[in-house]
Amino acid sequence: MIATIAFYLFAALTIAPAFAVIFARNPVHSVLWLILAFFNAAGLMLILGAEFIAMLLVIVYVGAVAVLFLFVVMMLDIDFAQLRSGFTRNLPFGIIIALVLLAEVIVAVSAWQARPSLSGAAIPAATQPNIVALGQLLYSRYLFAFELAGLILLVAMVGAIVLTHRSRGDLRTPKASRQLRRRPADAVKLADPGVGEGMKL
Amino acid sequence: MITLTHYLAVAATLFTIGVLGIFLNRRNVILMLMAIELILLAVNINLVAFSAYLGDLTGQVLAMFVLTVAAAEAAIGLAILVIFFRRRGSIAVDDVNRMRG
Repeated sequence: MIATIAFYLFAALTIAPAFAVIFARNPVHSVLWLILAFFNAAGLMLILGAEFIAMLLVIVYVGAVAVLFLFVVMMLDIDFAQLRSGFTRNLPFGIIIALVLLAEVIVAVSAWQARPSLSGAAIPAATQPNIVALGQLLYSRYLFAFELAGLILLVAMVGAIVLTHRSRGDLRTPKASRQLRRRPADAVKLADPGVGEGMKL
Repeated sequence: MITLTHYLAVAATLFTIGVLGIFLNRRNVILMLMAIELILLAVNINLVAFSAYLGDLTGQVLAMFVLTVAAAEAAIGLAILVIFFRRRGSIAVDDVNRMRG
């Protein structure tokens, strides 16, 4: 009973913010609605027993991707009102496309036949904790793909840095090679001026 | 009783909302990227639901890879957006055809 209530709560709170994401006037609000949708999708996955994916969703999507979106939206000075100009013109066509797509998905799902072992009614009980089982699978059978995923992230990180980095000409940065080449003999002069003669510089 | 079909319905709705978002905000690249994130979230819900009801963890491994690719795509997409904005002063998709390689 409580699982049913939780499912409908999380499902409703995933879908309603998703609508708000695409209809919000202010992109900052869009990002915040996106964060709410992600949180509730993580709740859905918790009900399914996929704890690790749920935590990953919260950490990666909410903690990294959504904050990245927030940074970019706030950093760029964009006239968003002007960008919305085609919104009402695209609305009827977009809704028709969306309804057709939804109908297609519903037809596909209702025509789909499960394999005999899948009743689709109840989740089979897990023999191991989710994270243990997932870790054993990731580090044995899917090790190569897992390493490849890490490589993709590395390439994305380097790519993002290379793309957005700019060398500014007006910066006065220390030149390390010149500093290291400098010797005390070039920089320091010992003098012993007599009384009343003063220093000659 | 919550069955697999319930989860499939949620994912289908989310997917449709994402596609609708791409259609409606055709000039705003940031919102298009957010709609793509919604679509990938729908895919992940599908993968995890099937994985749970089949008792086979492969779906969750695949969902993790989808998450990885989504994060990389968001990072690169936003980086391209930032340099495009620096050069043009706007992020309207209609201006992109001026880049010409």
